[in-house]
Amino acid sequence: MSEKITLTIDSQQVIVEKGTNIVDAGKSVGIDISVFCYHPKLEPVGACRICLVEIGRPQRERSTGELVLEADGTPQIYYSGNLETACTVPVAEGMVVHTANEKVTTAREDILEFILTSHPLDCPVCDKGGECSLQELTFGYGLSESRFPLDEKIHLGKHLPLGDLITLDQERCIQCGRCVRFQKEIAADPVLAFYHRGRKANIVSYSNPPFDSYWSGNTTDLCPVGALTTKDFRFEARIWEMNASPSICSHCPVGCNITLNTRRDPKTGRSTIQRVMPRQNEWVNELWICDKGRFAHHFTASEQRITKPLARNSKGKLKPVSWQKAFKIAAERLKSHPDGLVTLAGGRLANEDFYQLRTLTEGLSGKSVLNSSLAGGDLTARVGLGQGSNIKDLGSETVILVVACDLEEEAPLWWLRVKAAAENGATLIVVNPRETKLERSAEYILRYEYGEETQTVLDLLEKKSEESRAFKEKENGVVFFGAEGMNFKSSQILAQACANLLIKTNHVGKKNNGLIAVWPEANSQGAWDMGFKPQENLPEVLKKAETLIIAGADPIGDGIIPDLDGKFLLVQELFLTETASRADLVLPVLAITEKSGTFTSGERRVQLFESALPASGECLADYEIAAKLGLALGLEMIQGSSEQVLEEIIKYQPDYASLTLAALREVPEQQPYVTNKALSYTGTVFKNTSGVGVQLPVAAENTKISLEKFTLPKKGFGNGMLAVPVTRLYDRGIMIRTSEILGPRLIKNQLIVNPIDAKKAGLSADSRVDISLGKRTFEAAVDLDQTIPEGVILIPRNMGILLDGPEKAVLKAVK
Amino acid sequence: MKIPELLMVNEIFRGLWTTFRSMFEKPVTIQYPEEKKPVKPRFKGRHALKRYDNGLEKCIGCALCAAACPSDAIFVEPAENTDEERYSPGERYAATYEINLMRCIYCGFCADACPTEAIVLEHIYELAYTDRREAFFTKEKLLDPVSDPGRETPQTVEPGLYTRSIPEMKDLV
Repeated sequence: MSEKITLTIDSQQVIVEKGTNIVDAGKSVGIDISVFCYHPKLEPVGACRICLVEIGRPQRERSTGELVLEADGTPQIYYSGNLETACTVPVAEGMVVHTANEKVTTAREDILEFILTSHPLDCPVCDKGGECSLQELTFGYGLSESRFPLDEKIHLGKHLPLGDLITLDQERCIQCGRCVRFQKEIAADPVLAFYHRGRKANIVSYSNPPFDSYWSGNTTDLCPVGALTTKDFRFEARIWEMNASPSICSHCPVGCNITLNTRRDPKTGRSTIQRVMPRQNEWVNELWICDKGRFAHHFTASEQRITKPLARNSKGKLKPVSWQKAFKIAAERLKSHPDGLVTLAGGRLANEDFYQLRTLTEGLSGKSVLNSSLAGGDLTARVGLGQGSNIKDLGSETVILVVACDLEEEAPLWWLRVKAAAENGATLIVVNPRETKLERSAEYILRYEYGEETQTVLDLLEKKSEESRAFKEKENGVVFFGAEGMNFKSSQILAQACANLLIKTNHVGKKNNGLIAVWPEANSQGAWDMGFKPQENLPEVLKKAETLIIAGADPIGDGIIPDLDGKFLLVQELFLTETASRADLVLPVLAITEKSGTFTSGERRVQLFESALPASGECLADYEIAAKLGLALGLEMIQGSSEQVLEEIIKYQPDYASLTLAALREVPEQQPYVTNKALSYTGTVFKNTSGVGVQLPVAAENTKISLEKFTLPKKGFGNGMLAVPVTRLYDRGIMIRTSEILGPRLIKNQLIVNPIDAKKAGLSADSRVDISLGKRTFEAAVDLDQTIPEGVILIPRNMGILLDGPEKAVLKAVK
Repeated sequence: MKIPELLMVNEIFRGLWTTFRSMFEKPVTIQYPEEKKPVKPRFKGRHALKRYDNGLEKCIGCALCAAACPSDAIFVEPAENTDEERYSPGERYAATYEINLMRCIYCGFCADACPTEAIVLEHIYELAYTDRREAFFTKEKLLDPVSDPGRETPQTVEPGLYTRSIPEMKDLV
């Protein structure tokens, strides 16, 4: 326990931890001290001066150090006569702080008057209007007159693009530096800086392309005025016109809490998402979301969505049919061909969808298969992150191992938090075959050749080295593992090796200890928990199947299998994907924004999301479709809302037995205090009022876990070039591509090779190349990167080359 | 009681005298619609969207009128001006501006809220319509016609000339 300090703020006694500043101390008892530049997650700088307060300190006798007492026995308080900034002064015993006396109020009015000399007062056209701290304070302090003539207002640039996603208005900027400090301290992308001095000081970006950061959207939340706004939300709606619905980001396994701001368009009568905002959850995303989560929401409103069931007619064309007809076709087929059913689901479905689909599949004696090349969902249930863990709390007593994944690209918020943990003193070991950004924060960097990842992890246990000692000796240990350069089988072995490492070093079944899989999709963990398992030889399984139900997966488009001819193909999809376009029956499904349900994050935190929009067209949720199909086939399945299905899950799924709906909706007090007011000192992040979710217990907490048994795979991949699919944040998948604003940032149709390999193959940057993978050949451009190992071709996923796992490849320059 | 009193002769004649007298008074009725009575200067009738002398629209699409409206009768959809296609000074203009006159209660809060005095409740009171859809007054119907020497919007203007959205704001001192 750290030392407690007692002080008085506005005649209210406050007890806080030593080192707290006066702004935070005031917040803890509900006293709001106005701030512009201070933010609880950033280092205070005292730049804006709006938090001026009068501070009195108890007098002490110089010779004895005793408190000087007044006649009535209370300590004598000394006022220096100067005002001090509350954000930079730490609390001290016996301090007396006045935050609202006349002296302070006058000083704040004067500061505001100064700030407004160069602020354009264009609130009516400003996107921040309604949630702007400056607007609120100006209103609050009642300054209606200025001693400065309006004509002398300084005029600077308006509507300047600061990168592809953010707009800068130099006039509105009050030089608080929150954006600059966020990029430097939190995002570790110091691409913003001040340029010029005095009244002309303004924000510039010196990266190329400008504002090259995955976190740029957060600066618009932090900006206390409308200087930084997103291009996506520019002139879309006024703040007060929108509804707010709690949701969970569906783009990666972190499970960031978000709020969807929607507005009904009277012309079309449809509600649409206007913007995506972070929602506080100090266990998951704190106050941040990445730009993908913020800007890649346009897929829900895309014109390309399927809105009606489609069935293949006698001429072989997909034509719209009614739901009744669609269910009839499906039920007839499933009745007449009861054998050989395989249900393949992708990890972006909700737990309820998985549960109902599995019940349906089991009822028909079929097989439930998850589309994922990453294994280990059973292991994370056993030795996953212990209950009550929070990556934010990890410090010097912790060792974090990150194996075979690029956290920044695959799960950006984990990257952010692991980096922060490393800065807090945690020992970070990054094990990757190529350079990733996380290595900048790592204490130990281990390299291996593709295919030798398991051996590298085993060496941590078996060989004597500094990093292995660190792993064994630290009190807490967390392992993140991915599947870069692996197929399902080698991923399984790596997961087992990681689990063994944790078990042997006694890092399981405890808070802040355990295994985290960096899943390719948002709810892959939930899929495992609901009984969907990946298959080692997925193409074989698909080939053998007679009837296929494919939900939220695109095996043809992902290059898992070239075709699925001759089978009955029932596809539940948002878009007409490669697989859907070859299906016999396509059923349109609701996007996550249109349904409610739960996701289980990679940290095994179950979180609720609620529908923000009405259904598109005739779409139904995946769980409803499964239930209705079950009804048509005479199976006993729950025909109700997602909450009813969740209750069923809680009843029958042992891992989820500890959940209750009330617990999922519970919101404990979180620090920093977020309010949904314009004066909130956390920016425009939304207050969490709909639950922070529940982290599931892991089996290791109650039972002893035995070691995994496995045999090491053959070493390496042999000679020749190896093509490795890698995940990039802004890939060309349909969920992202539909957001035009991200267009300039999307990956190009380029494969990445080392310059030495390029020279060997006679390639230069930007030359075109034919890449042969087995029998398939694709054309692509070439990007050179000397940080990737020789003999390797990196193929970003969804860039046009169909590749599911590592494969031998031959490059040939196109003449 | 006498017979004339019983028959109320006096009262009948007094009443008829009123009728007779009014034949010589100036009539209060007017021949509407040929003849129209002027309204009071502060009469609040149907809205109009105003223009500057050069033809640019005063409305900047801020939707404060919609926020102020107690009956939610106004819908504004903003869009961005460019110097090639300029509707109003500054960055923003109203791409859609609609008033549902069936909802409007003519309180004038919209005019009070307007930072550029773009929306004004005019003296127009002839608002009968035969189709409910006609009660939705779109921007085309609400905008004042362009008068000399103004030009129709959108205008192509010199770059950097109309960068501020609130050009006529006076100093507060």
